[in-house]
Amino acid sequence: MKTTVDLLRIGDKATITNVDLDKIPLKLLEMGCLPDNDLEVIQIAPLGDPIYLNVNNGSHLAIRKETAREIEVEIHEK
Amino acid sequence: MSIQNITVALIGNPNTGKTSVFNQLTGLNQQVGNYPGITVEKKLGFCKLPNHVKANILDLPGTYSLNASSIDENVVIELLLNKNDKLYPDVAVVITDVENLKRNLLLFTQIKDLEIPTILVINMSDRMKPKGISLNITHLEEQLKTKIVLVSTRQGIGIEDLKNQIVDYKSLSTEPCLNASSIDVDYFDKLRHAFPDQLLYKLWLVITQDVNFLNLERNEIPNQFTKSHSELKRLQQKETIKRYQFINDTLKVGLTIDKENATDLRSKLDKILTHKIFGYLIFFAILLLIFQSIFDWSSYPMDFIDASFADLASYAKNKLPAGEFTNLITDGIIPGIGGIVIFIPQIAFLFLFISVLEESGYMSRVVFLMDKIMRRYGLSGKSVVPLISGTACAIPAIMSARNIENWKERLITILVTPFITCSARLPVYAILIALIIPEKRILGIFSLQGATLMILYLLGFGMAIFSAFILNKILKFKAKSYFVVEMPNYKLPLFKNVAINVIEKTKSFVFGAGKIILAISIILWFLGSHSPNASFGNAEKIVAENAKNKGITLDQKQLESEVGTYKLENSFIGIIGKSIEPVIKPLGYDWKIGIAVVTSFAAREVFVGTLATIYSVENNDDDSTIKSKMQADVHPDGSKIFNFATGVSLLLFYAFAMQCASTLAVTKKETNSWKWPMVQLIFMSGFAYITALIAYQFLK
Repeated sequence: MKTTVDLLRIGDKATITNVDLDKIPLKLLEMGCLPDNDLEVIQIAPLGDPIYLNVNNGSHLAIRKETAREIEVEIHEK
Repeated sequence: MSIQNITVALIGNPNTGKTSVFNQLTGLNQQVGNYPGITVEKKLGFCKLPNHVKANILDLPGTYSLNASSIDENVVIELLLNKNDKLYPDVAVVITDVENLKRNLLLFTQIKDLEIPTILVINMSDRMKPKGISLNITHLEEQLKTKIVLVSTRQGIGIEDLKNQIVDYKSLSTEPCLNASSIDVDYFDKLRHAFPDQLLYKLWLVITQDVNFLNLERNEIPNQFTKSHSELKRLQQKETIKRYQFINDTLKVGLTIDKENATDLRSKLDKILTHKIFGYLIFFAILLLIFQSIFDWSSYPMDFIDASFADLASYAKNKLPAGEFTNLITDGIIPGIGGIVIFIPQIAFLFLFISVLEESGYMSRVVFLMDKIMRRYGLSGKSVVPLISGTACAIPAIMSARNIENWKERLITILVTPFITCSARLPVYAILIALIIPEKRILGIFSLQGATLMILYLLGFGMAIFSAFILNKILKFKAKSYFVVEMPNYKLPLFKNVAINVIEKTKSFVFGAGKIILAISIILWFLGSHSPNASFGNAEKIVAENAKNKGITLDQKQLESEVGTYKLENSFIGIIGKSIEPVIKPLGYDWKIGIAVVTSFAAREVFVGTLATIYSVENNDDDSTIKSKMQADVHPDGSKIFNFATGVSLLLFYAFAMQCASTLAVTKKETNSWKWPMVQLIFMSGFAYITALIAYQFLK
């Protein structure tokens, strides 16, 4: 199922299909947020934002919802 | 064999244990300074290698790539592009974390493109077994065209291997490990023809980055090679993707992870530490622990230091021959230095806690927990780090705001951080609280003095948040923003790293402040013991005559004290103090306090030293501490100078006023404008004056 990272729930695993290159900073790409890489939602902060991800199996980072919205993913079926 | 000197640069992503490797190589044999003109910390250390080779080891700021997004990262690029820099490395050591090899190798492939001899250190190799990781070193060395050293700084493994490899740097390949120019073959071919002598990747960095490059200015590159911002961005993205493809392919064979064998402490800890209730409770408990250590535990060594300096002063007075020079030492220098040495325990505790929080990886979790809440006030989750470090000192705190990506959030953080109660305020608070708050306990547990100190901390924090809220409403910036924070692995902090950090920070703080205090003590002492009036020399006669005229007889001791007071009031400093008295009188201060407030604008902690110097000049009885001298001081009508109203007024003034020249200087540097330090100075000091005024007028 296609969706964006801000809509994922804790524990969801997904593959990045597309990132909006005009809205996503280069730094995030360098940290592994690239098409075809996998990610997993580790934790969502108490007020729903930011989102704590494990990207590309090892790169752990937290991003805000507004950025997460620009990353399209395909959720892995459980 | 001749002694050879080489330069080694340690490069790596943040959180890869780069500084641990640096500490292992150099021990305490390091100097911390600044890069010229900017406030980026420059760490240089020395290390003896086999075969009589000596190495200068440079610990460069952590960076994720050679595409700089902060001045810290710029330092790395500028050094690596400039072959003429005297710190240009003979060999680059790229430090990576075995658990995060994929991402860490991105930077490595970029460094390789610069054709510098490069060693790859895979750190935290002790984590391989518990994480089920195995590496095919031969394959990796072949693909990455480098030598790999497995290191565990925690277990002290691999450092000797690394030293041997560094000595042998001439055997390292300088060949790039992938051909990044294939992202736009035409463009790079043309570039190569236009600049046959230059390294292609260097040209590319000069075109894409806003860095200074001595041999080749950006504007020397012909127009045909300039591309629009979005075209460049696209190419940089293609380059990143290309590098990742190479890394993923390499690691497919080079790295295997057996998930069956992996134990996962990280996710268990994350569940608790970022929990919506426990997360905040734990954070609050840690803050309480920090304050407990500052208020309570450090009071024992502090009392000891206080008494020792009083003893030292009276000892020096007895042993040294009487005279002007002795007076300077016993009245000016010893109390002045004592005023700063006394709060070494508190500073050390603060740096200890901050260092442990950062090293353990916990600070990132706090950033994560606090981001949404802080954003309401125009701050970022990352503002937590400067706000907590601000309890030690605003200067490093303001510099640590650098990794806040959004300019508006960063600016607000810089502007409000000086409200946080820094350790320089502590000696002022400590002495004033001891003077005006009785030593009682409420309900038998809370000390009243401790509670007052707590209130002052909360006041500073509250004011920081409140001003952030106001600034957020006033400042209109359209900053394109994003927020990325790395969540590093939890690590038990290495004792050596923490110890070196605490020692270095405390040392630079004490020596920095010590110099200012020494200089001010000497100037004050001079101004206090000299006068423009001729009558100064005849003080004894004048005082005696005055007494006679009023029909009072003075014994020897009273006479001496009266002479001291007369001399001080007629000295340069007395005259200056009296002239500013009208401004500070409504706040409840006499001219001596006024002088102390004015000198505090160099640095707050000077307050105590200044009063110590003034009182010592006035009466030569050195057996008593500065506190008892303050307690004994009276107005001409016999009422106490340091009464409750004056004390509260002073506490509020010191809580809010911007009285630190170094903080203003660092704000100027970080914001690149005089406007913002002026805003801090006027707004904070104005607010301080008004609150102190109101408090005194109500309480007197």
